[in-house]
Amino acid sequence: MDEARARILAGIRRSLGRDGLAPADEAALRSRMASRSTNLVPARAVQLDRAARLALFAKMAEEADATVSRLAVPQAVPGAVAGYLSDQNLPARLVMAPDPELDRIPWQEWPLLQIRRGRAEADDLISLTPCFAAIAETGTLMLRSGPHTPTTLNFLPDTHIVLVYADQIVATYEEGWVRLRQAANAAGGLPRTVNFVTGPSRTGDIEQRIVLGAHGPRRLHILLVENRQSDER
Amino acid sequence: MQPTSHAFAENARAGLADAHLQQALDLMTRQGFPARRRAVVAKLPEFEALRDLGREIKDHTLAHLDFYLELYERNVLAAGGEVHWARTPEEARAAVLKICRASAARTVAKGKSMIAEEIGLNDFLERHGLTPVETDLGEYIIQLRREPPSHLIAPAMHLVKQQVAQTFRNAHRGLPPNRGLEEPRQLCDEARAMLRPRFLAADIGITGANFLVADTGSSIIVTNEGNGDLTQTLPRVHIVLASLEKLVPTFEDAAILLRLLARSATGQEFSSYTTVSTGPRRAGDLDGPEAYHVILLDNGRSDFLSGELRDMLRCIRCGACMNHCPVYAAVGGHAYGWVYPGPIGAVLTPSLIGIEEAAALPNASTLCGRCESVCPVKIPLPKMLRYWREREFAKRLEPVRWRLGLSLWAWVAQRPRLYHRLTEIVSRVLGWAGRARGRFRSLPFAAGWTGVRDMPAPEGHSFHHLWAQRRRLAGR
Repeated sequence: MDEARARILAGIRRSLGRDGLAPADEAALRSRMASRSTNLVPARAVQLDRAARLALFAKMAEEADATVSRLAVPQAVPGAVAGYLSDQNLPARLVMAPDPELDRIPWQEWPLLQIRRGRAEADDLISLTPCFAAIAETGTLMLRSGPHTPTTLNFLPDTHIVLVYADQIVATYEEGWVRLRQAANAAGGLPRTVNFVTGPSRTGDIEQRIVLGAHGPRRLHILLVENRQSDER
Repeated sequence: MQPTSHAFAENARAGLADAHLQQALDLMTRQGFPARRRAVVAKLPEFEALRDLGREIKDHTLAHLDFYLELYERNVLAAGGEVHWARTPEEARAAVLKICRASAARTVAKGKSMIAEEIGLNDFLERHGLTPVETDLGEYIIQLRREPPSHLIAPAMHLVKQQVAQTFRNAHRGLPPNRGLEEPRQLCDEARAMLRPRFLAADIGITGANFLVADTGSSIIVTNEGNGDLTQTLPRVHIVLASLEKLVPTFEDAAILLRLLARSATGQEFSSYTTVSTGPRRAGDLDGPEAYHVILLDNGRSDFLSGELRDMLRCIRCGACMNHCPVYAAVGGHAYGWVYPGPIGAVLTPSLIGIEEAAALPNASTLCGRCESVCPVKIPLPKMLRYWREREFAKRLEPVRWRLGLSLWAWVAQRPRLYHRLTEIVSRVLGWAGRARGRFRSLPFAAGWTGVRDMPAPEGHSFHHLWAQRRRLAGR
């Protein structure tokens, strides 16, 4: 393999007609990466005020076949979850990300909701997770893996409910990534995986007809909460 | 797989005669990808500017590929992953097998990967006692049918639902034979139910990569089904199969290309799942693979970094060129006879398996230019098809009749007086012979034309003759 590596790199340099990069060129490439020049981003997503950004996020998520409920405060979350499940004729039993933030929600006020905390297993039908950020540009959720947010919750259950706080909504993928990089610097590195999720799972592989729920969730429900209240983060 | 690209003409005739294929192609071109792409591109005023940026990012990366590859490798290692370099399909397959053996694997779940097709991975794994399971719905269908993909992103687009239903009835023996399988919804649900236990049981997950990010050592996959994510989350080991040109410098560079990819491919604002993966499970994580391997395949690509074929390395495999190609829409993807169909296939295939085998493909184009006009990274496909045509002619690979015909035409065309004299004679003879009907139903040596349409009869004189006559009249 080391031989393959050396031969491939030598072949690339031969084709490019040079040896390794000169130090000055390498410095230029490093500064290109470090500068992370402001990208061309869709005008529709930037320079919006808070309310318009939230509205764009909700509209784009719904266009991608997600459903969105808007709530004023976190205290309203358990009732909204129970209401959604009963509307969809689903059992009131779910697996939830073992996330301290989610634990602060007053679940005990809704004792009929059966909640298990942990990763998803094969027979879990409904999951509930927080998100890391949400992107207005295309109504996309940004979910990161970690001890409190296992990835299986995003893909194994039939129904995925995601809690989004209004202050998590950014305009573009790049803004979400800046936040992730800041969090990663504080935490000592990137998470294993970051899922950008736009609507439920789907396929068009048979006759180009879109069918929801190919392998991942059939339903994606977003609870968009305006205020965190006094919660610090 | 054994290529049949040399038999393009026969493959194409078979495709034209296949009623199911024609129905499937009609669904795609009338209601599918092209219309969806048009609608979504119209909603993004920045799209054209993004195409220019996409081209620049890819060109920049290719011009410094050695630097970005080494940086990428360092960052994969730093995140706890491993990188395996492979010059050839053999080396790539051997690397996969070695990882499978080292982890005592029996079954392999696979997300969609064109590189896996390029290196013929499934057959190889089966020969070595492993069971590869394709999990993308389209790939699963064609794996059951033992067919190659007919499209870059919709591998089973050559089939109609009745054929898929029959395939499932043959393969899924344990289910009630009278179950309903009329609609895509039912077919999709059945595949989901069949594949879920396979995901959970798989020892290894293999995915491709849409992008590799040098700056972070991450691989990015884009899917709609979520199969790629289950594939890389549930098994103990994740293997990423990717070719060298998937590199981009930073996440910000990838973001530009991601804005182009979904819109160009399926006509979505964004695919359902875009996943950035960096190394294996971290301490404290409750799920995710324990090992993360990347296999970097060259397979001749480093040779194309200089010269006429370099632009094809920008390709992000969206499939827009084939969705908009009149030849692909007529004959389907299998006619191209190997892994990559459509206009990009007609350029890639001669590069990867040799122009001797694939000489027919660069001619399978009208050079109408639609492919280039929709390519998200502005690959000059018609120019590259002409390049291969020149190579083909220089290597004397075309049929003798073509060569003779072209040589004869060139000889005449270089002698203007003779040319004018001959065209005048031919115009007059044909004009006289066709004067009754004004067209011909058949002509000697022109069956290729008259087999499917009439040839209009000339008016009786050549243009040059009429022009000279008019000049004489005006001068009088």
